Amino acid sequence: MNELLNLQGFGPLLAQGAWMTVKLAFLALVLSLALGLVAAAAKLSSAKLLRIPATLYTTLIRSVPDLVLILLIFYSLQLWLNDLTEVLGWDYFEIDPFTAGVVTLGFIYGAYFTENFRGAILSVPAGQLEAATAYGLSRWQRFYLVMFPQLMRFALPGLGNNWLVLLKSTALVSIIGLSDLVKAAQNAGKTTNDPLYFLILAGLVYLLITTLSNRIFKRLERRYNIGIKGMAR
Amino acid sequence: MNQSAQALAAHPTLVTETRPAARQTVVAANANVKLKVQDLHKSYAEHQVLKGVSLNARNGDVISLIGASGSGKSTLLRCINFLEQPDAGVITLDGISIEMRQGRSGTQAPHQAQLQNLRTRLSMVFQHFNLWSHMTVMENICMAPRRVLGVSAAQAQERARMYLDKVGLPGRVADQYPAFLSGGQQQRVAIARALAMEPEIILFDEPTSALDPELVGEVLKVIQTLAEEGRTMLMVTHEMGFARQVSSQVLFLHQGRVEEQGGAEILDQPNSERLQQFLSNRLK
Repeated sequence: MNELLNLQGFGPLLAQGAWMTVKLAFLALVLSLALGLVAAAAKLSSAKLLRIPATLYTTLIRSVPDLVLILLIFYSLQLWLNDLTEVLGWDYFEIDPFTAGVVTLGFIYGAYFTENFRGAILSVPAGQLEAATAYGLSRWQRFYLVMFPQLMRFALPGLGNNWLVLLKSTALVSIIGLSDLVKAAQNAGKTTNDPLYFLILAGLVYLLITTLSNRIFKRLERRYNIGIKGMAR
Repeated sequence: MNQSAQALAAHPTLVTETRPAARQTVVAANANVKLKVQDLHKSYAEHQVLKGVSLNARNGDVISLIGASGSGKSTLLRCINFLEQPDAGVITLDGISIEMRQGRSGTQAPHQAQLQNLRTRLSMVFQHFNLWSHMTVMENICMAPRRVLGVSAAQAQERARMYLDKVGLPGRVADQYPAFLSGGQQQRVAIARALAMEPEIILFDEPTSALDPELVGEVLKVIQTLAEEGRTMLMVTHEMGFARQVSSQVLFLHQGRVEEQGGAEILDQPNSERLQQFLSNRLK
């Protein structure tokens, strides 16, 4: 056991990397879920002014490789910010790689979640909202009391899937200088001359995170499927 | 012919105006009228579904809307609580007209606050029940009283139990989810949900059309009880026998217009040829 798990002093570094990966993925998830919901609503709106930008967003983002987008957004984000601070006469302000990573991944995966949510919203039977409307519930109440709990039934399987892809995409962020799990494993591998060992270790950590999150998604699915015949209560 | 003339005479003749602006003055003339629908128009794209329909509901009236499918009867009902936006016409509840205004897309959207108020006073029972499937029976019934009327949780639950009992459902269904109940039970829950709002008028949109034939009776029985209590109800229905039994008024719609209207007796002695045809085409 000791021989198999010989971290050669890189334990803390790897743990930090893993924590970074989890933090990054989770915050990006929160951002992309919010973006996804908003953009899905916009795409389904009757107003062209909302529909067109939302459609543009999902089409563009989903057709360009994540890596290209990460580099593009990361570098242009800084440039735009420089322009902005100059115009406003503020001090130069540098985005830290972590914020940039969260924003970039959140923005990319928001497009995928948009499609998740859009499909889910369309799957909720119209009568469910109609009843809410007829009984005088406000727009916001209709959403959070009726639409959201029901769309989650249809959205969760796809959300779980996209979450896994998002989690693994955090590895790409090491390019913009973030010391995530992959970066830590690489560094450890280089120093110890044992890159294979540390990469396998990193892979196992990803496996651990995904296994855990699958469990959470299973639990959520059970919760939102309550009331459906044929599902365990 | 006499009867329908009498029925019409009971209501002051309507001044039919197409523009829904200020018009609260005319209505106050007859305090008896609870709900007044004047000259309602509704089109979907090119297709005109309602071509100027009017009706008057007095307190305690049970009005059956009958007609072939596509005649506009469901649309009429859905325009009354603005699930569908009428293109023109006036809806007046207790002498106060719902003011419409020019919406963004060009159609007339009623004022939100007034609309909200209207919807809390009219409850609807749907053909496909439309019970919220992620909520228990109890939660379904308590939802609108709590969230819209602001009734306390305890009071809402008490009300729910009372109305469940009224529609003949045992208390133990309260914790079940709608999908686990029979169609007849679900529709009775939906009626309890409508009653829990303590509405002034109940709108029934083909309440038994989605039910297995053997379950129709239990729902009709509940509706009949409500009619006997003197509740004001508007009901789109295909159950002619039932309509004859409970209606104080019958409106026969044909191609978006009221073709014939009168008391329940018009179902036995129809005046218009179209109603005769309609009635003879179906088993009674």
